[in-house]
Amino acid sequence: MPLLEASGISKIFGKLTALDGAALVVREREFHGLIGPNGSGKSTLMKCIAGAEAPSRGEVRFINTDITSFTPTERARAGMSLKFQITSVLPTLTLYDNILLASQARSSLFDLVFSRTRGVLHDQVMTLLTQFRLADRAHDAAATLAHGQQQWLEIAMALAGKPRLLLLDEPTGGMSPEERRVTGELLQPIKQHCSLVIVEHDLDFIRDICDRLTVLDQGRVLASGTVAEIQANKDVQEIYLRRA
Amino acid sequence: MNANIGGEADAMMAAGEPAERAGLPRKILPIIEGLLLIAASVVPLVLADYLTVFATRVVILALFALSFDLVWGYAGIMSFGQALFFGSAGYGVALLARDLDITSILVVLPIGTLIGLALAILLGGFLLLGRQPSSVIFVALGTLTGAYAADRLGRGWYYLGGQNGIASISPMTFGSYEFAEGPVYYYLALGLLVIVYLFCRFLVRSQFGLALAGLRENEQRIAFFGYKAQHLKAIVFTVGGAIAGLAGSLYAFHEVFVWPDMVGVVVSTQVVLYVLFGGSGTLAGAVVGTAIVEGLSFWLSDNYRNIWPIILGVLLLLVILFRPLGLISFVLGERERVGRFGLTSKEKRNAAS
Repeated sequence: MPLLEASGISKIFGKLTALDGAALVVREREFHGLIGPNGSGKSTLMKCIAGAEAPSRGEVRFINTDITSFTPTERARAGMSLKFQITSVLPTLTLYDNILLASQARSSLFDLVFSRTRGVLHDQVMTLLTQFRLADRAHDAAATLAHGQQQWLEIAMALAGKPRLLLLDEPTGGMSPEERRVTGELLQPIKQHCSLVIVEHDLDFIRDICDRLTVLDQGRVLASGTVAEIQANKDVQEIYLRRA
Repeated sequence: MNANIGGEADAMMAAGEPAERAGLPRKILPIIEGLLLIAASVVPLVLADYLTVFATRVVILALFALSFDLVWGYAGIMSFGQALFFGSAGYGVALLARDLDITSILVVLPIGTLIGLALAILLGGFLLLGRQPSSVIFVALGTLTGAYAADRLGRGWYYLGGQNGIASISPMTFGSYEFAEGPVYYYLALGLLVIVYLFCRFLVRSQFGLALAGLRENEQRIAFFGYKAQHLKAIVFTVGGAIAGLAGSLYAFHEVFVWPDMVGVVVSTQVVLYVLFGGSGTLAGAVVGTAIVEGLSFWLSDNYRNIWPIILGVLLLLVILFRPLGLISFVLGERERVGRFGLTSKEKRNAAS
């Protein structure tokens, strides 16, 4: 049984068809790369899955439930988490508070008002900060971080709710080669408890961390399969890889 | 395993803390709060009676400003109609006193608070609880329209006294004691201000306060974490409405008069200015802003009778242009203004032992 199954997803903006019957299947503990040329609809498909955009047609099923009409809040509570393409950490809060904010999202109103869960969540917050090499900056404002560290903080925040599926939209955008390598290392451990859908332009990065790939072109799925299958696919080589 | 990692990280954090302490003192806010409380406590002892009456008005308006600051400064909800709750509660208790002869403080203040709360639930439910998040403009215009409509209703409805409002309201009572303007009313208002201030302080420093900070900074982002952002907004809006209702009830009995401006756009704008002038997102800023704007208006209107509104307007513009975080930002740093929400040092020690 797949964890996520998006089928027949179309998204039309006025006269522009961004997605035209796209599909995506992600299994438990699978790292799935979503690749394609600029404008192929990768980010739009991610947004349709996460609830940031409502698809014009199609269905999104998550853990065997139709979540097509769910709000982003309901999807997050069902176990889905999104890291936005544009960094959206909360700049005036400390790193610690950014992760605590993400961790406590499902606490009850009573627990929030009486701060009953911050003791319980402390270890989890510190574990994430350490895992993403940010613990020594825990009390600094997020705005003071370098771009790459902000991306790591954002991923840590997306993981704070213990999601079953993490959607990462260009997590290494603007990073140095070394930061990209570290990002790959940081993501590997989450495979033990979480699946990943990742949109990324860096094909080496994608090849290194993903189990399966889906290639989009002009809003349609061009090919889907293992990394080796996609590398051997002539259509992909023709339309995408060679161009890249 | 996790605990170990957490422990190592704690040690690293602890190592980093002295560096933070090496800078300027971080705890300016408690000093400001303490000084404000001391100054407020001695006002009736050092000021002439007519100035104590003025100071009482300022204290009640500061309570009203706290309600707006909670809603706008902490939750980012632009309520341009906060006077709707303030004035409606004022009218409500005035009618209780006029028509039912109910003036007991134990009844009128809770009822005034409930009027503010109920109206905020109704308006907040309509403006904030849609399936999609409401835009700032929608909420600003919706609240403004609510206040404007209430103002027109007050002016046009004979039962509410029309343009003249309701005058000569009987004094608020406790048993046979009547609360007339003066030191006793002042200390009553100050006591309630302190209680509400401490309540708001507790709220904005809790994990709920952290959620509000997230709401204010990036509502869409926190929805993707799983927060019911609209519910949070409606709750804060309602709490703000209740506090405004309490302030409006106190104001009505203090002034022995309610009038349509009290429920409309004029007073709604006034409270926005108090908070912007003092510093939104800080409770002390709201109180300081109210005291300075009202104090300046009082002094200027005495000394520059014809042009005082222009002078006040220019001063307000200067502050908003050059100190967008308000006057309190002269002494309060960004870090302390935003605050921290993790475990306190005491909680950390308890967790470690």
